[in-house]
Amino acid sequence: MSAGNGYKVIGTRPVRHDGVDKVTGRAVYGGDTRLSGLLYGQVLRSPHAHARIKSIDISKAQALPGVKAVLTGADLPKTGDTIVDLGEGPARLKYMSDNVLATDKTLYSGHPVAAVCASNVHIAEEALDLIEVEYEVLEAVLNLREAMKEGAPQLHPDMTTQEFGEDTGRTSNLATHFQHKLGDPDTAFASADVVIEREFNTATVHQGYIEPHNATAMWNADGQITIWTSTQGSFAARAQTGAVLDIPVSKIKVVPQEIGGGFGGKIPIYLEPIAAMLSKASGQPVKLIMTRPAVFESTGPTPGSHIKIKMGANKDGKIVAAEAYIAFESGAYPGGLVGAAAMCVFSCYDIANGLIDCYDVVLNKPRSFAYRAPGSTQACFATEHVVELLAAELGIDPLEFRLKNSATTGTRRIDGVVYPKMGCKEVLEAIRDSEHYKSAAPSGPNQGRGISLGYWFNVGLQSACTASVNNDGTVSLSEGSTDIGGSRTSIAMQFAETLSLDVDDVRAQVVDTDSIGHTDVTGGSRVTYATGWAAYKSALDVQAQMCERAAQLWEVEVDQVAFEEGVFSSGDKSYTFKELSGHLDETGGPVIGRATVNPDSGVGGSFAANIADVEVDPDTGKVQVLRFTVIQDAGKAIHPSYVEGQMQGGSAQGIGWALNEEYYYNKDGQLDNSSYLDYRIPTSLDLPMIETIIVEVPNPGHPFGVRGVGEANIAPPPAAMAGAIADAIGVRLQELPMKPSNVLAATQASEGQAALAAGG
Amino acid sequence: MSKIHVQTTINEEATEFLCEPRESLLEVLRETLGFTGTKEGCNDGNCGACSVTLDGVLIDSCLMLAVEAEGKSISTVEGLANPEGLHPIQQAFLEHAALQCGICTPGFLVASKALLDHNPEPSEHEIRHWLAGNLCRCTGYDKIVRAVLEAAQTVRASA
Repeated sequence: MSAGNGYKVIGTRPVRHDGVDKVTGRAVYGGDTRLSGLLYGQVLRSPHAHARIKSIDISKAQALPGVKAVLTGADLPKTGDTIVDLGEGPARLKYMSDNVLATDKTLYSGHPVAAVCASNVHIAEEALDLIEVEYEVLEAVLNLREAMKEGAPQLHPDMTTQEFGEDTGRTSNLATHFQHKLGDPDTAFASADVVIEREFNTATVHQGYIEPHNATAMWNADGQITIWTSTQGSFAARAQTGAVLDIPVSKIKVVPQEIGGGFGGKIPIYLEPIAAMLSKASGQPVKLIMTRPAVFESTGPTPGSHIKIKMGANKDGKIVAAEAYIAFESGAYPGGLVGAAAMCVFSCYDIANGLIDCYDVVLNKPRSFAYRAPGSTQACFATEHVVELLAAELGIDPLEFRLKNSATTGTRRIDGVVYPKMGCKEVLEAIRDSEHYKSAAPSGPNQGRGISLGYWFNVGLQSACTASVNNDGTVSLSEGSTDIGGSRTSIAMQFAETLSLDVDDVRAQVVDTDSIGHTDVTGGSRVTYATGWAAYKSALDVQAQMCERAAQLWEVEVDQVAFEEGVFSSGDKSYTFKELSGHLDETGGPVIGRATVNPDSGVGGSFAANIADVEVDPDTGKVQVLRFTVIQDAGKAIHPSYVEGQMQGGSAQGIGWALNEEYYYNKDGQLDNSSYLDYRIPTSLDLPMIETIIVEVPNPGHPFGVRGVGEANIAPPPAAMAGAIADAIGVRLQELPMKPSNVLAATQASEGQAALAAGG
Repeated sequence: MSKIHVQTTINEEATEFLCEPRESLLEVLRETLGFTGTKEGCNDGNCGACSVTLDGVLIDSCLMLAVEAEGKSISTVEGLANPEGLHPIQQAFLEHAALQCGICTPGFLVASKALLDHNPEPSEHEIRHWLAGNLCRCTGYDKIVRAVLEAAQTVRASA
């Protein structure tokens, strides 16, 4: 197997090192944790979207035989007004703590109010029924635009609007209002030959990971706490749990178990402090696994949005001005994802004048969290719609129009970022050159094709690696990035490449928080980039130490030892890496390489594009995907199969978001579709094969040119689907999801107008 | 609650256990017997992560009471490989990178084996139809379907 491009390992497709464990059922996920004396916990959740907790009586639950401990919000430490940054940006600690267990108010249906542990899960369930909570039910608000109105039911009586970085002192559900401005948008719009403005709404959706949240904790008699959990960041879980419990992180060890999907939703903690407190109270280890309805009702969702986009262009096809109004739900607590949306909304285009006006709004839904390129999908759906309309109005081919306006090296985004080398144009050219695009668009009745372009900026952050050289020349690599999609192997591959080792001689393992340096979350498409960089640097450290050992053996100066293609040499003497590894014991003992990185400055963003062919059923409004291609700039694909996997997975999620997925609340603010059957993520039968085209525009900020590929791919699908549906039925939808009833209504409205026009 | 004695067969081994009548087969497999390869995703028959076969029939083990296993033969993901090596379906999943997080993988493997036992030469559509009861949120199913297509070929060739 050869990689080409001068690489020996990078670009090949080895079997992932954790693969056999995962196909034999041996891999231990959070829920698989088994300990001696294990108790089982359950959480009682508010049935009301908005209520004041008047009292909680736990006495009957405590009296049930088999119940070992009962917990309420009153048992958590009082957190005061502390502001903390624990992996998700600055947050008020009280909000984080209240989201774990409510104290004074419940702010969404599903909000935890009490927890129980018992000798088995059924007794714990029975005990929940014995907890008596007296609520004063308050008026709830679940609609974004309603929540923004003056006089709307207010979630946090003490929360004041932060506007342009200042505290306004005004209380409302509007947490934050900010703007980005570039150039002179008013003058540019006035000079534009064509200006188009449209308004969009997108529904609240969930990450939909198959593994429910879980946590197992043991609070030892000496005050040391061990937590086994499925998390995207063991250090973030440790920091958040420590903050909520008011315990130093040195007292907590988080053991990251295998994680069954996250997509951003397993960055925050939910059950970890509860498991720890129940363990403290019972003196035994306690495991909690969230029920599937609780996962939908209480975790994750990514924000619903209300967006207005206005763009102006000249007759020659150049976009001269753009304006966005973006209001995002942040759920029950402030600190949502509208900031990321602002960074993505016009990110694909080179636009000299623009204004982005952003609103972060609380309402009675669970606290919003990241979902794969958070904020970008909603923004992309809106912007690409207007881009298509501009191209049509100007009579320019939509792909040519995008190419003409493509962001490129040196483009200044409206939020101020100036692009280093980027693959935007190359991704567009890959659409143009693809077999799919060149093939005839489907031309049957109600069939159509759409294209779209999306972006995610990616992040760097901190990573650490240590590498122990074994005396047979193999390497045990330890890292702190929890592996959700095969990253252990892509990290091992970068290490192996650096030292010209066989990839199977480098075994990477994800270790606990006591065993590796601080490593930030598996998020922002950062692991292959930043932890890969740490692996590269730790390999260089190994190389330097091994050169010293060779120098010692050959009695030469270290600068007289060369290392090339896996061989150490000096004059006529040489050792392969394996041979030299056999001499470590006689030259001072084992070699351990180590590295820590925080490579924020080298981050390379990633662009992704789609070509979608669909057919719309005119009787039901159901959209069938006939053919789908995803194109993405990987910078350098370390393991192409898993790059393709990210692209296909993001596409499937984007198609689900486009066509079907949404939170459906009833009039009492309770979630009516909190099961997979009703929430309905795409099944194998809903999708075709998803064709992939990997573009490689190397990131100059990374030793191997890596750009993260985990996220940008979810941004373009709804826009591509909207374009394809428009091509099929002549109506371009402005609302997500484009579910059958919405498509049907749009078709009928359009037919009605056509009939009126014909009749008139 | 008093427990009931159940005699059954799991992965061709005669097995006995005690369980409460309200416990699901999934719960007993995972918590009582330690077969944690069978996963819980939803506990209501929607996701297929807990797929096992019962006398050769594909079922969601979360929807069956453990006491109903009396006298039956159950196969889980732990029973797919043997000392000679992995089952061709497992090997194909590895080679096709048909898993990312891997939580749905045991269910897909068990379901795919049940498919090939019924239909050794399934079309792409038949595979997609059969596996529609197994949800995967990571892969978009592409590589899973390809892996099953290849595994079918391997199984046929070795038959």
